[in-house]
Amino acid sequence: MDFILIAVIVLGAIGLIAAVVLFAASKKFAVYEDPRIAHVGEVLPGANCGGCGFPGCSGMADALVKGADAGSLDGLFCPVGGAETMGKVADLLGMAIANSEPMVAVVRCNGTCEHRPRIAEYAGLRTCAAMHACGAGETACGFGCLGCGDCEAACQFDAIKVNPETGIPEVDEEKCTSCGACVKACPRNIIELRKKGPKGRRVFVSCVNKDKGAVSMKACKVSCIGCGKCEKECPFGAITVEGNCSYIDFNKCRLCRKCVTVCPTKAIRDVNFPTPAPAPKPKEPKKEEEAKA
Amino acid sequence: MEKLIVSLSPHAHGTDTVERNMYGVIIALMPALLVSFFYFGLGSVVVTATSVAACVFFEWAISKYILKQERNTIMDGSAILTGLLLAFNLPSNLPIWIILIGALFAIGVAKMTFGGLGNNLFNPALVGRAALLVAFPAQMTSWPQAGQIGSYLDAETGATPLSVMKEAIKSGDASVLEKLPESLHMFIGLPSDSAFGAGSLGEVCALALLIGLAFMLWKKIITWHIPVSIIGTVFVFAGLLHLANPVYANPFSVIFSGGLMLGAIFMATDYVTSPMTPKGQIIYGVAIGILTVVIRNWGAYPEGMSFAILIMNAFTPLINNYVKPKRFGEVPAKN
Amino acid sequence: MNIKTFSIGGIHPEENKLTHEAVTQVAALPKQAIFPLSQHIGAPAKPVVQKGDKVKVGTMIAEAGGFVSAPIFSSVSGTVFKIDTAIDATGYRKPVIIINVEGDEWEESIDRSDKLETVEAHPDLTPEKIVECIKNAGVVGMGGACFPTFIKLTPPPTAKAECVIINAVECEPYITADFRLMMEKADEILIGLELLMMGAKVTTGYIGIETNKMPAIELLTKKCAEKFNGSKYKVEVVPLKQRYPQGGEKQLVDAVISRQVPAPPAIPVNVGAIVQNVGTAYAVYEAVMKHKPLFERYTTVTGKKIKNPGNFLVRMGTPMKDLIEACGGMPDGDNKLLAGGPMMGKALTSVEVPICKGTNSVTVISDVEARRKEPQPCIRCAKCVGACPMGLEPYLLAKISEVQNWERAEQEDIVSCIECGSCQFTCPAHRPLLDNIRQGKSTVMGIIRSRAAKK
Repeated sequence: MDFILIAVIVLGAIGLIAAVVLFAASKKFAVYEDPRIAHVGEVLPGANCGGCGFPGCSGMADALVKGADAGSLDGLFCPVGGAETMGKVADLLGMAIANSEPMVAVVRCNGTCEHRPRIAEYAGLRTCAAMHACGAGETACGFGCLGCGDCEAACQFDAIKVNPETGIPEVDEEKCTSCGACVKACPRNIIELRKKGPKGRRVFVSCVNKDKGAVSMKACKVSCIGCGKCEKECPFGAITVEGNCSYIDFNKCRLCRKCVTVCPTKAIRDVNFPTPAPAPKPKEPKKEEEAKA
Repeated sequence: MEKLIVSLSPHAHGTDTVERNMYGVIIALMPALLVSFFYFGLGSVVVTATSVAACVFFEWAISKYILKQERNTIMDGSAILTGLLLAFNLPSNLPIWIILIGALFAIGVAKMTFGGLGNNLFNPALVGRAALLVAFPAQMTSWPQAGQIGSYLDAETGATPLSVMKEAIKSGDASVLEKLPESLHMFIGLPSDSAFGAGSLGEVCALALLIGLAFMLWKKIITWHIPVSIIGTVFVFAGLLHLANPVYANPFSVIFSGGLMLGAIFMATDYVTSPMTPKGQIIYGVAIGILTVVIRNWGAYPEGMSFAILIMNAFTPLINNYVKPKRFGEVPAKN
Repeated sequence: MNIKTFSIGGIHPEENKLTHEAVTQVAALPKQAIFPLSQHIGAPAKPVVQKGDKVKVGTMIAEAGGFVSAPIFSSVSGTVFKIDTAIDATGYRKPVIIINVEGDEWEESIDRSDKLETVEAHPDLTPEKIVECIKNAGVVGMGGACFPTFIKLTPPPTAKAECVIINAVECEPYITADFRLMMEKADEILIGLELLMMGAKVTTGYIGIETNKMPAIELLTKKCAEKFNGSKYKVEVVPLKQRYPQGGEKQLVDAVISRQVPAPPAIPVNVGAIVQNVGTAYAVYEAVMKHKPLFERYTTVTGKKIKNPGNFLVRMGTPMKDLIEACGGMPDGDNKLLAGGPMMGKALTSVEVPICKGTNSVTVISDVEARRKEPQPCIRCAKCVGACPMGLEPYLLAKISEVQNWERAEQEDIVSCIECGSCQFTCPAHRPLLDNIRQGKSTVMGIIRSRAAKK
């Protein structure tokens, strides 16, 4: 019996001493962290994707609290959580938040196997970066998509996959969080983050080829030839043609689709519209014009 | 004109392949295999055939049904090689069911769980042997005498040179060492009066193993650094001990006995588990040599080679991290 | 005889010097000559002609686009057809000048005679004049790197040149253009070397030649002794062991004068050596003594399935198609068309690519050799570590680049890689080591540059 008593007393004493030491240490060596950081961290999605530009959600929480203290949350946006999460964060920190439009990754190339014939066979390491360093790729277009899937490998949300039939990546709009990883991964800057648009509708030029029109047409049937018809047609001044290639500014575009109608090579694409864009009007015969004049 | 093929440089390749290296090692093992058939007869054939077949079967089955890999790797020769090396570590009277367990451990646990060829941390054959030694100590430490061609499970067992050396150290009596066969006989593998030629399949004839080493060096399958550093270190260390106290056997007996030759030439030089730089390989070899002598003389087991190699396998990633090859341009101008 | 070689690594690819004995032929003039504006390291040249202009052989058609740049001269006479874009050896469309060839009229200033012009006959030559001549003639490194020669001859103030080393090693398989040049123009090359030594203000010269070119070693040793014995110059022909990449400039400096160039940004002149290709030495002779700018070169056209492989004196701007036709045409079946040799050459997507200043060979690899084998997992055999001439660990650099760990890549000295391909050549598992390392090296160099720019 003595043994049991001695054991209990000894162990109890050790436990007590350890508790006192631990308590003292936790007080003396405590690191102060603003408790708001932990609260904000709980509200954030926890994906640690880096889409906000900070190292993980804890980095973002830190930046948000600092921003709140500085007076504004401008420039801070979590693409995964979206406006809903940002609203919760703003409530927590007692701030107002600017509304940011949802964005989505857009692949600006339509050079599928059907439209863009192969002129060489690539037999090296199958990554876009390696193929880009080797040359123009397997087709005559030195600007177009290489189809090896560096974007697919970079995406952490399974939102972009290369379609094996067309050879071009396709974006799943539900899953895309516009974190920008695929944009950085593409060695040819073909992918761009553009506004998702009302009801997911958007219009963009599906080509980044900067060769002259005759050359790019030989390489790909649906390439932009830089003719400028779209630029003239656009009533909102949203289109500029530079370096033989057209570009639509998504902040100015009002989705009227006049450019889609007028493009001779069908390089401009409209996405998620219920009806196709109207066909171009047939040209009036010249005789009638001269008779009128 | 047909499409041109493009890729980045280089556009030429040497003749070396994984298969050439693996099958080259298997060919280097042939002299020792023939010697083992000659000395241990039926037992050797059964053990070797079972081990090789089991290793190949387990690799095929795991690759196809558990890992569901597209391309089966059994044809690259590494499974056959593991089977042979495992067999060389076993006594010739080991029952088949124990060999199968050893093969499953070697391939399943030590190789495939880590990711297959190229990813294992420990030498698969040695892991198999170590597992069997710990699980079946009695069967794994009864060594048949050589010369019994027709016997398998019924072979008569006897003392090995290593067990004699252990006895001498334990008893403190140097005269026990007189029971050892002459070093020359251990080298060539000739029978003699006393406790000879009992041992595992690959232990008995150092000459056959050295012929294999010469073949591998000629075909540039391995470099000299690891075998020379292991054997050299053991010789020097054992020599110093022998000079200090005759209870320790003379260095020639030490290097020709047990699994030292087999380990130094075939097990420690395994590509995957040895360091990647010549300097690192020498450090690795010296450490294995020291550990082997320490375990043999002062450890519980008579044989220290397998454990020494397994311990150093664990250090290989550390050696790779800190021992870098001499970079071009680090040398200051000579003239 | 103890033959010199470099200290670390190296491999022995098959020689395949199919055109070793083929005497150089003059290639036929093309119907249309294509001149890319970027045939050298540095800023692309700027055109000084326009559509419709008439040019002669030797007329400047593009001027240097900056300090590190070189002018381009027409190699044909005719009319400028257009200034357009065309695919060049990089695989991309780049700006080019296209000239329709009419006749073969040369600029009067060029001396077309065969008379050997010696330095003694021109006592007015000074180092500054020589460098100026080289600069105006558009001479760049003819070994393939195309670095403007006049810049190499004027090292930065922190480095002092002690010797000129002529790179006549030609370690790549198949290529024999430099060998034929040495056999046929030895005297001119030695005068070119003398001019280079004068321009660099040194009196020591070396000529490094691999032992598979014994006739050239013997010929040049004899002529060197005749020319330089008793003069103020000390010139030595150094036979080198046949090993790839002996022709890499760092390996050459190590073998010839036993000094190792430190890691980048150090260059050979930091250990006192100025390395020039033997073709460049010849171009320097022609530029200074014959007032002939750089517009033609010695090129080998070869391949195991090419019917009549040969060495050619070809005008730059000639499409490769013309040369290949002259050698029997492209073979049937799978083919890889390379500008350069099989170890460091560039695979092309089109036979229309023109011969440029750095095109030392047109190699056609056919059939089984044209494709790569399927890669297997790394077996950690360390043969790549043994092969690397820069003392790096290719298996590690390739893995680090694959997982994009750029900090570790920089620590492991990835920028020292000379992209020779010895690692990938040796790998028994056929792993694409250099593809990954190249990617890592260019990313890390970009990171280093942007870090330096921020400071």
